[in-house]
Amino acid sequence: MAKREYSFYPGCSSQKGASSSNYLISVQTMCEELDIQLNEIPDWNCCSASIGYAGGGELPRLALSARNIALSEEHNPGQEIVATCAACWLATRETQERLQHDQGLLAETNTALAEAGLTLKNDAPIKHMAEVLIQDIGYDAIGAKVKKPLEGIKIAGYVGCQTNRPFGIAGESYENPKYLDKLVETLGADSIPDYEKKVQCCGGALAFSEPEKSQVMIKGIIEAAYDHGADMIVTPCPVCQMNVEVYQDQINATHGTKFKMPVVYYSTLMSVAYGRSAKDAALNGQVIPAKQLEAIANK
Amino acid sequence: MSDMNTAMIEKYRNSFLSEVEANVEEGEWVKMCMQCGVCAGSCPLGDAWEHTPQKIFMMIRAGKRDEVLQSDSMWMCTSCYNCIVRCPRELPITHIMHGLAHYAKRLGIVPQGQPTAKFAQLFWNNLMKKGRVNELKLGISLYFMNGFGEGVKTSLKMKDIGIGMVKTKRMNPMEMLGGHAVKDLSGFQKVIKKAQELEDARLAKHGG
Repeated sequence: MAKREYSFYPGCSSQKGASSSNYLISVQTMCEELDIQLNEIPDWNCCSASIGYAGGGELPRLALSARNIALSEEHNPGQEIVATCAACWLATRETQERLQHDQGLLAETNTALAEAGLTLKNDAPIKHMAEVLIQDIGYDAIGAKVKKPLEGIKIAGYVGCQTNRPFGIAGESYENPKYLDKLVETLGADSIPDYEKKVQCCGGALAFSEPEKSQVMIKGIIEAAYDHGADMIVTPCPVCQMNVEVYQDQINATHGTKFKMPVVYYSTLMSVAYGRSAKDAALNGQVIPAKQLEAIANK
Repeated sequence: MSDMNTAMIEKYRNSFLSEVEANVEEGEWVKMCMQCGVCAGSCPLGDAWEHTPQKIFMMIRAGKRDEVLQSDSMWMCTSCYNCIVRCPRELPITHIMHGLAHYAKRLGIVPQGQPTAKFAQLFWNNLMKKGRVNELKLGISLYFMNGFGEGVKTSLKMKDIGIGMVKTKRMNPMEMLGGHAVKDLSGFQKVIKKAQELEDARLAKHGG
């Protein structure tokens, strides 16, 4: 397979010592195995996710993502932009589409970017890593690399919101996307196609500002996974991963549950299935350890 | 109440819909709502909203300016985009909710103590400092946003989660000193400042 290159937007939470640094490590491992080269956009900035709107009006928010696209076009010309974070992908793609449809806003954005010597052409395609895997690599090639099938592990595929709406993955439905289940099966594990909480909201940023309300939703996501006999949950989104994993003790204390459900990334599963070490799969980044994956990785 | 709020009441006296169309992000879509209620039934926090998006849209057309802009409702939006993908008229509902929230903040009439309004502002301030979010400082500023006493209480409640994140190297206490930043910070800040000026000038034409 020829090496594929992408312009990479890693996002704030993936940085060293940040909440999804483990995601980035497993993505890098996965990409090594799949011969994917990620060229980081030099000096990228925060996209303000979906929660910048109180302080930032429309144009300042668009300017954030426009700066990243412009830097990518300048330094990684001709390369598609890939994000691993759902919010990064969404904000960048939303910016691109809004500026394609509104020439007035595009002109203002370019006036603002000129302050830093940047120009936006705004034509680089913007993808989520899940699209790269499914559309560019494909299930067959993904499956061909499996050295240690994840046999006997039952995994609930939790797609969440922003990887799925409003753009989603081409050919998948908003209400019942199936790609994560297919990926789980491709890696030799058992999927739960009728997991009814696969696109339920975890609260997103409101897990911080409205913890009680969000934790009721998170409880439902975990409970449904247990009801289906899941051993763990897999997700493509850093906010979903963190929200569903780290509040389980608080939910147990509030609601009298006994949750201890590992929540991993697709890239964690792939790194382990590809025969890489627990460290390369960033299994040491699990607040709730994924012991079955550790056992396979250490075999 | 801010001067800008008073000026806007004067200017748009009889048409809150016109005010929204001119001043709120994606506000020109509001009149397309046909009141089917799918958004209201699709919202994950629907029960927590004083007025669902469906009601907000009708209230805008009915001129219920104070009730809409001083509402807690749009601050309950989790940005899940359920309403957007299900709306039969394809209104960008999520963005309109964000736009209304931002406009209320601009006018200085957000309900006192609204936690998401405070958090969203902290998030923006945080990323503006260095061009990238400093999660540790953001978390601490969130815990202490309602004063020192409550901050200590919240910090204690969140202690175990913090320890778990530090142990797994997903939180770094050293981020308190400096932390991640864009290299061209002055260029970054100039771009955003210019964008803000251009937006302010555009809105000023509408009276804001």
